[in-house]
Amino acid sequence: MTVADISAVQSGDPLPELRLPPIDRTVLALFAGASGDHVPLHIDIDFARRAGMPDVFAHGMLGMAWIARLITQWAPQSALRSYSVRFRAITHLGNEPHLSGKVVEIFVQDGERRARVAVQMANQYGEIKILGEAIVALV
Amino acid sequence: MIDTKWIGHRFPVVRWEVEKGRLRFFAKAIGETRAEYIDEEAAKAAGHPSLLMPPTMLFSGPLDHDDVQRLLRTLDIDMKNILHGEQGFTYHRPVYAGDVLNFDIQITDITAKKGGALELVTRVTRITNQRGELVAEARNVMAVVNR
Repeated sequence: MTVADISAVQSGDPLPELRLPPIDRTVLALFAGASGDHVPLHIDIDFARRAGMPDVFAHGMLGMAWIARLITQWAPQSALRSYSVRFRAITHLGNEPHLSGKVVEIFVQDGERRARVAVQMANQYGEIKILGEAIVALV
Repeated sequence: MIDTKWIGHRFPVVRWEVEKGRLRFFAKAIGETRAEYIDEEAAKAAGHPSLLMPPTMLFSGPLDHDDVQRLLRTLDIDMKNILHGEQGFTYHRPVYAGDVLNFDIQITDITAKKGGALELVTRVTRITNQRGELVAEARNVMAVVNR
């Protein structure tokens, strides 16, 4: 359910949070197949160990897709003008994704009112894994 | 060190058909259950021509054409040393099942940090549809950790 009246959004408004179950190997296998990201660091523990990692770890784009769910559950996808993220830390198996966001600015660009929304993914320990920003049209 | 002569290099355009089954599979993988992404009749009832593509799935077109392997081979980088640094999209038009997208990918920057221990490769992609309309621009930064 998206926000009832997007035009009434104000700076400081939080987005309804999204908490997901712990990341397991199945979700990484499914995302590898569905996204086409077959980089073996995410699905093959032997390869991951040869690369010096203790185990496979989550695709960055999986977290980015989850944050996109957070955004489009708040505002319609048709209002999304841009969305970008920085991958800050590796997301491990067993991490519980906690997606959150907040409107940080209302401004006018290209003749429409827009909201700048700060978004992030953290785990259950509060460690930030992904930081990002979305620009959403308030129309 | 990655040869900076590759700055400005453009890869052959990738052509990618957006398939319904693939959209449903992607939705399942990310836990997306809303009807416009998985149920074509519901998507049409909501005013869409077909299933709607989620915002970040644009990333998958080049991946289906071994984009990562092609980049690593071109720049002579070991797969074991790469991490995804940044990703961004600017959206111009929605993408639906049945669309055919073209990805025009260009290396726009190669920068060494920490005395060469870390290198950042930036690529910018123009994505157009079968009508030649600009759908989105993507920006990707790959980090190469040299051990």
